Amino acid sequence: MYKIETTNINLFYGNFQALTDINLLIKENTVTALIGPSGCGKSTYLRTLNRMNDLIDDVRIEGKVLIDGKDIYEKKVDVVELRKQVGMVFQKANPFPKSIFENVAFGLRVNGINDQKYVAEEVERSLRRAALWDEVKDKLKKSAFELSGGQQQRLCIARALAIKPSVILMDEPASALDPISTAKIEELIYDLKKNYTIIIVTHNMQQAARVSDNTAFFYLGKLIEHGVTKEIFLNPVKEATQNYITGRFG
Amino acid sequence: MKILEGELKSLKQEITAMFLLVQSQMEKVNAALIKFDKDLAREIISTEKRVNAQELNIDRECENIFSLYQPVAIDLRLVLAILKINNNLERVGDIAEGIAKFVVEANNPFHKDLLEKTGIIKMFEEVLLMVDLIETAFTNEDTALARSMFVRDEVLNNINMQAVKNVADYIKQYPDNVEEALFAVSIVRKLERVGDQITNIAEEIIFSVEAKVLKHSKKKQKQ
Repeated sequence: MYKIETTNINLFYGNFQALTDINLLIKENTVTALIGPSGCGKSTYLRTLNRMNDLIDDVRIEGKVLIDGKDIYEKKVDVVELRKQVGMVFQKANPFPKSIFENVAFGLRVNGINDQKYVAEEVERSLRRAALWDEVKDKLKKSAFELSGGQQQRLCIARALAIKPSVILMDEPASALDPISTAKIEELIYDLKKNYTIIIVTHNMQQAARVSDNTAFFYLGKLIEHGVTKEIFLNPVKEATQNYITGRFG
Repeated sequence: MKILEGELKSLKQEITAMFLLVQSQMEKVNAALIKFDKDLAREIISTEKRVNAQELNIDRECENIFSLYQPVAIDLRLVLAILKINNNLERVGDIAEGIAKFVVEANNPFHKDLLEKTGIIKMFEEVLLMVDLIETAFTNEDTALARSMFVRDEVLNNINMQAVKNVADYIKQYPDNVEEALFAVSIVRKLERVGDQITNIAEEIIFSVEAKVLKHSKKKQKQ
């Protein structure tokens, strides 16, 4: 069974069709990179996986998204619970105006967990998993804004991990970072896939090639090609994919 | 034109220059052997330095493209193929130099009967044609032409397999010409190796154009 199964997804913003017949199967504990030019629908697709598009007015979604075999668009699904299971990291690090510790503890507290010892353990565990613990363990009470951009992004990943998701969505998580911070995020993604299923949107072809097991190429709202990353980058089947990844597009 | 496309075009021009240089070396060594032209043989030995320099030049261009442009898909396959084609061409250049050294070292012209009986003349004809065709196959991305090299290579292999018997027959007939007969065996072996280098190049052309890996596959599958 696949971790995520999307079947015949069509998504409309009013009269505009942003996604057309997307069928994509994603295995557990893999990294899938979504690539394609701006406006091709990759971020829209990403947001269908935790129902973030529900927040947008006039959006209409057809088709099925199954996570662990359950349809996440069924009426009885609790969206808050869904987003606990499917965490998200955005392009720009968005820490809360709180201490480093409280940023990571936030999700736990919102969920009513106030056992200080447990919260402290989970904060440490999450920061370790996000490869940030050694850099912040002596300044947990400092403001999250004192961290560098790369550290802030890893803090946001730690915050997402603290609520114990099984899927992590990343929307260009390293596009605003310097090469060293980018390398750390990429190493982190590589380590995290042992325990999580990760879907990452990226404009950086080399990053997609480096971090992902599978790559999906979107164009004009359609999934053009999906396959093993090594194959896509050595011998893509579709000409459009080849033109895009070799920079000959348009 | 994209920057990478410009770099790849330049790289193709460099490998074409390498093809032509090595082709010229093979043509000259054929002439030097048949005419027993020691001056021409020395020129070939001297020109081998240019072959080596061009190999390094192409290696460096490939390294630069990898490090600066991170090519993927068809571009990646082209650069990988050129890197290996370059190496194979340099070895063909080495073989031309090796045969040229025999010409320089030999005391007497090679007996025409020896060159014919051992199949060296036939081998040279085949090798020179293959070197020419493989360059065309590369330039035109013609994988059918590249595949035809696997059949042509069989001609060289068959002559090579007969070489010991043919030379033994020759020595029986001309017992005073043992030394040049032994040179002839070495030349047959070297020309057979050129066939192998050309089929390696053919495999790389097919990999570059069709993304098919033929290395170590059986001959029938290659064709």
